[in-house]
Amino acid sequence: MQVVYQRPKSLTDVPTHYCPGCTHGIIHRLVAEVIDELGVQSKTIGVAPVGCAVLAYNYFNVDMHEASHGRAPSVATGIKRVLPDRVVFTYQGDGDLASIGTAEIVHAATRGEKITVIFVNNAIYGMTGGQMAPTTLVGQPATTAPGGRKVERAGYPVRVAEMLSTLNGPAYIARVTVTDPGNVVKAKRAIKKAFQTQLDGKGFSLVEVLSTCPTNWGMPPAEAIKWLNENMIKYYPLGEFVGGEEAKSE
Amino acid sequence: MTAVGEMILMKGNEAIAEAAVRAGCRFFAGYPITPQNEIPEYMSRRLWEVGGVFIQAESEVSAINMLYGASGAGARCMTSSSSPGISLKQEGISYIAGAELPAVIVNMTRGGPGLGGIQPSQSDYFQATKGGGHGDYRLIVLTPATIQEMVDLTQLAFDLADKYRNPVMILGDAVLGQAMEPVEFRNKPVEEIPPKPWATTGWDGSRPRNIINSLYLQPEELEKHNLKLQAKYKEIEKNEKRWDTVNLRDAEVALVSFGTTARICRSAMEKARAEGIKAGIIRPITAWPFPDQPFEDALKLGIKKFLVVEMNYGQMLEDVKLAVNGRGEVAFYGRAGGMMPTPAAILDELRKLVGRGNR
Repeated sequence: MQVVYQRPKSLTDVPTHYCPGCTHGIIHRLVAEVIDELGVQSKTIGVAPVGCAVLAYNYFNVDMHEASHGRAPSVATGIKRVLPDRVVFTYQGDGDLASIGTAEIVHAATRGEKITVIFVNNAIYGMTGGQMAPTTLVGQPATTAPGGRKVERAGYPVRVAEMLSTLNGPAYIARVTVTDPGNVVKAKRAIKKAFQTQLDGKGFSLVEVLSTCPTNWGMPPAEAIKWLNENMIKYYPLGEFVGGEEAKSE
Repeated sequence: MTAVGEMILMKGNEAIAEAAVRAGCRFFAGYPITPQNEIPEYMSRRLWEVGGVFIQAESEVSAINMLYGASGAGARCMTSSSSPGISLKQEGISYIAGAELPAVIVNMTRGGPGLGGIQPSQSDYFQATKGGGHGDYRLIVLTPATIQEMVDLTQLAFDLADKYRNPVMILGDAVLGQAMEPVEFRNKPVEEIPPKPWATTGWDGSRPRNIINSLYLQPEELEKHNLKLQAKYKEIEKNEKRWDTVNLRDAEVALVSFGTTARICRSAMEKARAEGIKAGIIRPITAWPFPDQPFEDALKLGIKKFLVVEMNYGQMLEDVKLAVNGRGEVAFYGRAGGMMPTPAAILDELRKLVGRGNR
């Protein structure tokens, strides 16, 4: 008998705390598979955020550093500058990266820090219970946007991949999702490219992954995937924005 | 650079920066704010020469978090700022203390509150010694009074930070940062820093995974972590109290002061003695742990009157009152907002306290 599918070495053998139907599990696995395939487990240091992935240090089987809210890119900068031959990645949600941590992500990107950022965008604050995120869509309900996000009260959602693509520091920026096998394969390809960009010393790399939050969206998992496909991708188009074969939208 | 033992004239801020490099500091992140700009400026040139890293961060918040990462990765690292910027760093300092990482933080204190001013002040004593950020933690706080002492205490700061895996603050002020004095770098530059087996350097299976963290969701675990920190702080209190005294033996009154103000007190003491008031000086060098021993010594010598002098409205005063604990009279004189106590004004307060002199 041949083993054709197993837990990546770069994931620990523990159950995660993520809710049923949440796509964090898939994204964790893709990152771990990429670390394994590139053979860099022993020289990778991960930075966990504040948010749903706060306990990621229990799941990624590498040395880990838990950052304060929004500051993961600064922590990663400190690690990478001290240990330039290591692989350093952050794993951040949309509240962490696109709200409280906007200064840190913009400046890490424009400095061209040779780190890889996995940015999980599920358009809501998950850990704290469904408050409006900087990426919450107009009309999307949240506990702090009763009746849905209204532009006149809360403005517009932030497109991080596009915003960072205006800078010169990033060497690779892509937006992917993991709502079906085809997209999972594309997501993994993008994450691998991002890590390879860092290994090649080219500059800053970021993969934004559109993700579901069935619990806080108040939907069964299958419906959440449908909602993401029908609503989020329209506002957050998939594709490679910097460093792709061609910077095209899919 | 100068040879070991050579005297050179240096500005306080530059002396701290050079002392840090010689102590093995190889990572500095900072953000411009007066009156400490010479520190990042010096580092931006000097650190690259020795294979280190200087980053001008986008904010003080980012700078302290860069330190958090760099320290976790095993480097000796430093940041510097002044009062409003130090306020911004407090969250990060709490994380560094909580995760038990070494780091050196320099505060060239200016007047507050709010944006305050850019002139010297000692009004961040509470912030430095009583917590500053959230949670139960302590910084080791060193208060130099001369440029030479800034050099010596900077070396000590890095050693203590590594020894106790705890952030250390050098609490200066605008005078110390801007003044020039001759200094001597007495120690050979540090070539090798102590091993840091806990650092996140990449896990190859030869040791347990290293995780830098201050999150403990189970209250039992968080209490255990806190008790471990408290035990460490007790150890620091036992070992690291530092102070200086002048002319206590025959004194009837002790001036109590730290940093720049302690030097002004010295002039006041001399004036007082010239008119027959036997004054001495107690100068805490560590603001935390606060040195209580010199107060015990003073009380034993029969000194019953203490005049605390600060560039604030009575912050170290509280620690002095705790140390004296009702066994003597504790008076206070302070100026703040960038105004400094003059020797004449201190002398006048001494006259009032002892009830005689040329009033």
